Amino acid sequence: MTEQPVTPAADAVVRISGVDKLFGSDSGSVTTALQGINLDIGRGEFVSLIGPSGCGKSTLLRIIGDLIQPTTGSVTVNGKLCAVARHDRDYGMVFQAPVLFDWRTVEDNVKLPLELMGWDKARRDARASEMLNLVELGEFLRHRPYQLSGGMQQRVAIARALAFEPSILLMDEPFGALDEMTRERMNQEVLRIWERTGITVVFVTHSIPEAVFLSSRVVVMSARPGRITDLIDIDLPRPRDVETREQPRYFELVTDVREALRRGGADQIEPGVDEVPEGASAERTRVEGGIG
Amino acid sequence: MTAAATTPRGMPAGSTRSARWTRRLRLYVPTIVVFIATIALWEVAVRSRALGSFPLPAPSQIIEALATNWGSGRWPLGRAAVATLFEAVGGLLIGTAAGVVVAFATARFGTARELLIPLAVGASAVPIIAFAPLMNNWFGVLNPLSKMMMVAVLVFFPVVVNVTRGLTQIEPAALELMRSYAASESTILRILRIPNALPYFFTALKIAATLSLIGAIVGEYFGGANDVLGRVVVQSASSLRFDVTWAAILLGAATGIVFYLVIVAIERMVIPWHASMRAHES
Repeated sequence: MTEQPVTPAADAVVRISGVDKLFGSDSGSVTTALQGINLDIGRGEFVSLIGPSGCGKSTLLRIIGDLIQPTTGSVTVNGKLCAVARHDRDYGMVFQAPVLFDWRTVEDNVKLPLELMGWDKARRDARASEMLNLVELGEFLRHRPYQLSGGMQQRVAIARALAFEPSILLMDEPFGALDEMTRERMNQEVLRIWERTGITVVFVTHSIPEAVFLSSRVVVMSARPGRITDLIDIDLPRPRDVETREQPRYFELVTDVREALRRGGADQIEPGVDEVPEGASAERTRVEGGIG
Repeated sequence: MTAAATTPRGMPAGSTRSARWTRRLRLYVPTIVVFIATIALWEVAVRSRALGSFPLPAPSQIIEALATNWGSGRWPLGRAAVATLFEAVGGLLIGTAAGVVVAFATARFGTARELLIPLAVGASAVPIIAFAPLMNNWFGVLNPLSKMMMVAVLVFFPVVVNVTRGLTQIEPAALELMRSYAASESTILRILRIPNALPYFFTALKIAATLSLIGAIVGEYFGGANDVLGRVVVQSASSLRFDVTWAAILLGAATGIVFYLVIVAIERMVIPWHASMRAHES
């Protein structure tokens, strides 16, 4: 195992130490999805995990969120084991697909976690409209998810993830399915929300410009086995806006990340390839049939 | 956000209701024309004796037989249709209830699923209708329950298979979302699995509606009280009163269509959010 870069952070929200993840297949072969992952994420940081398909960045995100168990190593969140953190509802999750329920209105989708957490109705109502106003969808309260565009649906998903004030927001390629224009607008939106709420964000992406524009720190990963090869601080001034993307420093950092990826053995980043082991497919299978 | 990003897809409500009806009507015009033309051709063919001695009553004769035999006589068609529908609905309720219970059990317990779903899928290849004489024997040939049980067995399997699928085929990310909320399995069932299964349930019900009338009528072929559609078909045909036979078949078809449409109407009320319910919009 090579020396892993570790950032010392006194006020670490997330502390990942010595995490390995092996996946066994039916044929008996074992894949090393993650190897020797050490990473501290400080309070209020915006950290992006970037790497080629198969580098295990989505797996790492799910390990932080206690949706997948690491084979070895441990993850603590706010000083607790991640399983405890999950039961304390410390995580807001946003996936590549918005995962909104068509049988609920936009408002009721945002209220879903609040219902599960036993908030009373008055607080739920107030919170849902507050969150939908935050993502600028206040007037679409009573709409159904399918009446909204893809970008709007993803904003509802963000509102839902933030509604119960989790201490950390985990985002798994949330804008991967959106067109470039919408994606840039959503990046702006996420930064605005992050600046207003001060929440810690872990953001998985395979877009270099997206990672550089959003992050305070970019974690560069490489594949086979998945490991962290570089940590790049993004010292672009805030608030960041359209002009940030035109600054020389922005281009330098994009180049830095690209070269770090190449050093890690990722000659090409394959866009649009999903690497989630469990297959978080957005496709819903509706099977009709029977005897006739 | 720009205006483009905040404009919802889909239709503005209300404003184009009449336009939609016009469009829908225009869609069905060719079907209606072909239907009427077929009936007219049939009528002309029979009346002009183009078919020779082929025993086919004209549509007008069938309608006449329907009218004269509606409430009285040897073949009271109206009463027969009600009796058969009663058997069909009763059987559908029994079979659906049993199917839903089993589906919940199979969805909840993996071993039950591995055991039962292949069986249920296999059963859909079996001509279950062949059990009708046995049902008559077990539950009494004159007892409507014998037909209901036939229908229940027919309906049971598609309900089990579809509802189990609805309860278990969940977007993986939706389950991850619920787990990130630390939701219990019973909460996931209530919040996610049951609503997800509703469209599958209605698919099963629509299959079941058709099957239930087939089951009831075929069950009646093998014996039963006289004033049911299946008996009227068998007896009128053996008496060479084919006009009555056709009238009974027509009535069976109409009953089946009405039954199906009632279920579609309920479906529209219960799951207006489902994609198949929105097909006519926009």
